Parts: sequence; structure tokens; C-alpha cells
Amino acid sequence: MAIYSTNEFKAGLKVMLDNDPCAIIENEFVKPGKGQAFNRVKIRNLKTGRVIERTFKSGESLDGADVVDVGMQYLYSDGEFRHFMVPDTFEQYQCDEKLVGDASKWLKDQDNCTVTLWNDAPLSVTPINFVELAIVETDPGVRGDTSGGGGKPAKLETGAVVRVPLFVQQGEVIKVDTRTGEYISRVKD
Amino acid sequence: MIDDWRPTCAIDILRLRAQVFNGIRCFFLAKDVLEVETPLLGHACGTDPQLDFFTTDYIAHSQRDTLFLQTSPEFAMKRLLAAGSGSIYQICKAFRNGESGRFHNPEFTMLEWYRVGFTLTELMDEISELIETLSLGYLSLNATQRFTYQDVFQRTTGLNSLTFSYVDYSAFALANGQPEALAICGYEHALWLDFIFSHYIQPHLGENAVCMVYGYPACQSSLARINPLNPLITDRIEVFINGIELGNGYYELTDAQEQNKRFDEEIAVRLQNNRPVTVKDKQLIAAMEQGLPECSGMAIGLDRLIMALTGNLSINDVLSFPVHRA
Repeated sequence: MAIYSTNEFKAGLKVMLDNDPCAIIENEFVKPGKGQAFNRVKIRNLKTGRVIERTFKSGESLDGADVVDVGMQYLYSDGEFRHFMVPDTFEQYQCDEKLVGDASKWLKDQDNCTVTLWNDAPLSVTPINFVELAIVETDPGVRGDTSGGGGKPAKLETGAVVRVPLFVQQGEVIKVDTRTGEYISRVKD
Repeated sequence: MIDDWRPTCAIDILRLRAQVFNGIRCFFLAKDVLEVETPLLGHACGTDPQLDFFTTDYIAHSQRDTLFLQTSPEFAMKRLLAAGSGSIYQICKAFRNGESGRFHNPEFTMLEWYRVGFTLTELMDEISELIETLSLGYLSLNATQRFTYQDVFQRTTGLNSLTFSYVDYSAFALANGQPEALAICGYEHALWLDFIFSHYIQPHLGENAVCMVYGYPACQSSLARINPLNPLITDRIEVFINGIELGNGYYELTDAQEQNKRFDEEIAVRLQNNRPVTVKDKQLIAAMEQGLPECSGMAIGLDRLIMALTGNLSINDVLSFPVHRA
């Protein structure tokens, strides 16, 4: 695996830190005119999702991490593991429910998502930015309300709960932004 | 990529830069300080253990010579002072290899000036006056602040900057969630000071004001004179606005022997740290043996000053073409 020096630290670079795979978020070069140069680096631990700040002496280096994002199709859950497949190769991966975490509430069978692999083992799952899901449970809407102000909770087929405008009805399919968990629009057939 | 030919700064910034240059020239003209030019390429270079330089090949009469791009015009300007120029200033480019970031471009613009007969206090008065003059119409500055290094260090961290205590310094780093400082700084007083100052003190210096910090610990003396009343401190000053380091000044060392000794010490440190080999400026030593007048000198990074005047957060926002577009 490659070795990266502080001056190569760029947002998105995957490196090993304290034996965990991490992604660089931000790298700031700090140097007093007459003093030692440092790099103050913001790093996300890809296992825990936690963001930490760490200072390096400029010129220090870290090992690269074999981390790749692979587009996959979500197949099914067997209760303990979620199963995914690479569409081109039909290669399958199973991923512990715990690793899937929050992403699980957006995953519908056959939907596409991104699985992050570390040394060819799943590390995390990221749903696509916009998903279309059916509402399985919500209060009846109020007649005449088209503004969407206020809103009401709606439970989706995957278990996620999002706020939707009052005019949106049970059984309808809606588009949701998975990064914010916000309702975008109704999906017309 | 298609827009890579464009400048990274707004056209307004070009105008402002021209006004700042003009303001500086008017300021020094009125004070009878002479504008000078010295070479960017030289046979010798600074020995500062923390600076890396650019070199280039000079080929003449089938002889090959290595020339350095200056990291600052200091040595050449001191030779002019020793030759009797009187007070001088210069606006020029300086080059520092490997320095690139939000506040750094490897090629940058510097204002450097020397005032014959000035004490550090007089120099500080002039810095304050100059920056206030240049900021008129751009920034409304609060009253200039002046702190000793020891005071500002103690006040912010509770630590004594002049006496090294590994126990106290590392306890501070651990309490602030930076255990890596112990491995980075080890038992080096100067490194610890750089680490703590740049992480915990500098970002808060000079909120909408010029902030001058003086009386640096002797281990960070560089080319400044050791204070005659307190050998633990040196007559060096740094200037900050809104946490940005603008520049550095000294009550200049005039002792040729001491200068030569510091060069040798720095060259030894460079060797130890496997830094590129530099060539000592013997012409400067010769000039100082002839006699450098008592003087104070200051260098200000003009790109950063323009950042401070305009509130821009990246040096790229005030440069026409930073290194990646140069």
C-alpha cells in the first residue's frame, strides 16, 4: 500500500491511523514564520464514523488504507446480515446489521447503494442520495391544505419515519433525500 | 480545469493591492526611507532550520553555478545598511519551498524595512502607524495591542514560556486532547512553544486589531539580539491581525562573531535534520565585520496583509496566480 506524506493529505484520501481506516476531511498547513511547520488534519474514522482532529509534524506520513466505494444492489436481510451484490460480477457480500446502521432505514430490496470495502470486507453502507419509498402509515390529510406547512409524520415501507406535508396520503410513493431525511416530493406513477 | 487560465482573485483585489503598494511608498517617502532593490537570486541563502529554499542552475562561460532564490531580502539589505545606505525599505518576492496552504504560497510578496537608530519600541510604533494608515477605508481597527510573549502565553495556557517543563507542557497537551504533541515535540523547548503557540494562542490574537507580541524566548531568537537586561528573552516581535501572522521583526543583531556562530549552529541543526545543504552568507559576515549600524528591521507578508484588510480566508483569494496556476 502507498505511503502518503502530510503534503499529499487531501480531502477524501483514505489512510490508516491508529490501526483504523480513516478518511481525510480537511488538512490545514500551519507554520509560524520562524518555526516548525505542522499539519492540522480533520479525519473521519471510517469504522466508527467519528471525526477527530490530529496534528502532524509536516513531512510525517501515514500508510494508505485499501478502502474502495463499490456500487452494489441490496438483495435481502436474513435477520443477522444484509446481503449485497455487485451487478457486473454478481459477486456477493454480507454485511453485519450493526455496520449498516442508519442506512438500513433507506434500503429497499433491489435498490442501489454504495458499499465501502476495507480490505475487501464491508465497512459501511451509504444509500443513494434520493430514494423513492411508499408510505405505509400516516394520519389522514386535512382537506384543502396544499401548502405543506406544518406537516405530519409518515412511516415508510423500510421503517423510516419522515415529515411529509398534510396532503400526502398513505399508500403514496414519495421521494426522500437520505442525507437529510427530508421529504422532497410525491412520485407520480 | 477549463478556467485554469483565470486569476484566482477578483479584479478588485488587483486594484486594492496596487493601492496598498502605493500607500506603502507614500508612507516611507514621507519618512525619508529609501526604496531599494536587491537580487532575488544569490550565491548564499538563509540558514534557518525551518525554511526550505529553491535553487536553480546558473550557466555562464560553460561553468555551472548553483544560485538560491531568496527566502527573504534580509542579508542583501543588511549589506546595504553596512555600506551606509541609511534607513531602507523594499517590496519584493520571497520564495519558500514546500510552503503551501490557506496562508502560504511558495512565492509571496514581502515588505521589508530597516530603520537605522530605531529601538524595538520605535519600530513597533511605526508598524502600528503603517498598518493603521494602510487599513484606512478597509478595516476599522481597535486600538493596537502589545503583549510580551511570556504574558500572552501565561494568560492563555497558564504555562511559563521561558522555563521548559516537560511535565507541565505535556499535561497541558493531554488536557486539551492532543497527546500527539508529546511524540512530536519530545524534549525540545522551541518545538513545544511552536506547537502550543500556533494551536492555542495565535488563533485568538488581534481581534480586529493589530496585535504585537514581543520578547520572544531566547530559544526562538533567530536573528534578533538577546535582551541585555534579561538573557532569557530576545528583542524580537511578531505582528498579528485576526489570528493571522503578518510578520516578524528584530532589534537586529550587529555582532559579526555572534552572527557567524548562529549560522554555524543552524547549519549543524539542518545537517542533523537532513535538510538540504545551504551556503553561509560570508558577504553578510564581512559586511557586519565592517559594521552594521544599530537598527531595527521588520518584514511583513503583503499577501496576508491584503487578506486581513479584505477578510479573505485564503491566500489564493488575493493572489493573481497561486502556484498551482502559475
